[in-house]
Amino acid sequence: MSAKLQALQPRNPAHLFWVFTRLALQGFGGVLAVAQRELVEREGWIRREDFLAVLAVSQVLPGPNVVNLAIILGDRWFGWRGAAAALGGLLAVPLCIVLALAFAWRQYQHEPAVAGALRGMAAASAGLIAGTAIKLSSGLKTNVLGPWGCTAVVLAATVALGALRLPMVAVVLGLGGTAAALAWWRLRA
Amino acid sequence: MTLATLTWEQLAELFTHFALLSMVAVGGAITTASDMQRYLVGEKQWLSTSDFNASIAIAQAAPGPNVLFVALMGLGAGGMPGLLAAMAGIMLPSSLVAMQASRWLQRNASVRGVRAFNQGLAPLAIGLLLATTWVLLSPLMAQPSQRLGAAAVALAAVSGVTQTKASPVWFVALGGVAGAFGWL
Repeated sequence: MSAKLQALQPRNPAHLFWVFTRLALQGFGGVLAVAQRELVEREGWIRREDFLAVLAVSQVLPGPNVVNLAIILGDRWFGWRGAAAALGGLLAVPLCIVLALAFAWRQYQHEPAVAGALRGMAAASAGLIAGTAIKLSSGLKTNVLGPWGCTAVVLAATVALGALRLPMVAVVLGLGGTAAALAWWRLRA
Repeated sequence: MTLATLTWEQLAELFTHFALLSMVAVGGAITTASDMQRYLVGEKQWLSTSDFNASIAIAQAAPGPNVLFVALMGLGAGGMPGLLAAMAGIMLPSSLVAMQASRWLQRNASVRGVRAFNQGLAPLAIGLLLATTWVLLSPLMAQPSQRLGAAAVALAAVSGVTQTKASPVWFVALGGVAGAFGWL
């Protein structure tokens, strides 16, 4: 995780709060795809490879991934005030919406159109996440594992968790540990 | 959701249980959903099975982080105090760990071990995203009537993200409309 700061940065915690509110409100079926688009492409606050590094840490540490991402990025810009602002933006308005939906759900849960719409949204979320993975993989170009090493780790993780449904902790420790050990060996001076 | 009330001791129990889950939720809060089911529905009987499942489905469909399913479970189990106890529990310990770990990693960014950690985990992060795609799509792909529509919607979203600057919202809306019309 390089600490290089971009020319563009959030002005203050309130600015951070609103940008995280904006990205959370676009995040149907998960926020990661939108977070990449808003923070890397639209605001230009963080480079793609740095985003990938923060995302990796957010995923392998315990806790909700996007919450970890917001805490880490907010903290990096404005300390704990930034972390609180990013987390608040991520949660405040979506929480109100989810509560309203929970009460509406009681009325409409048995409508086949509603069930169908939820399936369609899940399929779209799946595609958005795959598209984000493809975009972020450009951040692997400079990776010390090289193109073949990276491809092997990506495929192994996909199959282990997607097809075989192995426990996450085992995959993170086993595969992540192996990849990190290989990177350590390759980084020898 | 029927709004139950919990005593202070029960709220403290709820908070503590979710705080423990927070520390083992590698891969996100949803990875601990099976234990939440065991605790809330089975052991404590604070939540019905259908309310439990609805909490996950509603949070998936709503904008915002998926962890909001925990808010709905807390609400169903113990009203607004239950919501606050469950959300604070699932986020507080892991957030403090994430903040400290990230600060430490940044301070030691040039250390060989830290660089190896970051470089090794980067492709893993990509693989985890693709695995999520797999998990979301596989129930749809298992239904012959939904297979084609689901694949078309997912592919449209993939090309939308990679080829256009359009907001992801539009592809989710497209999927929702296609699903509402019964195409998948």
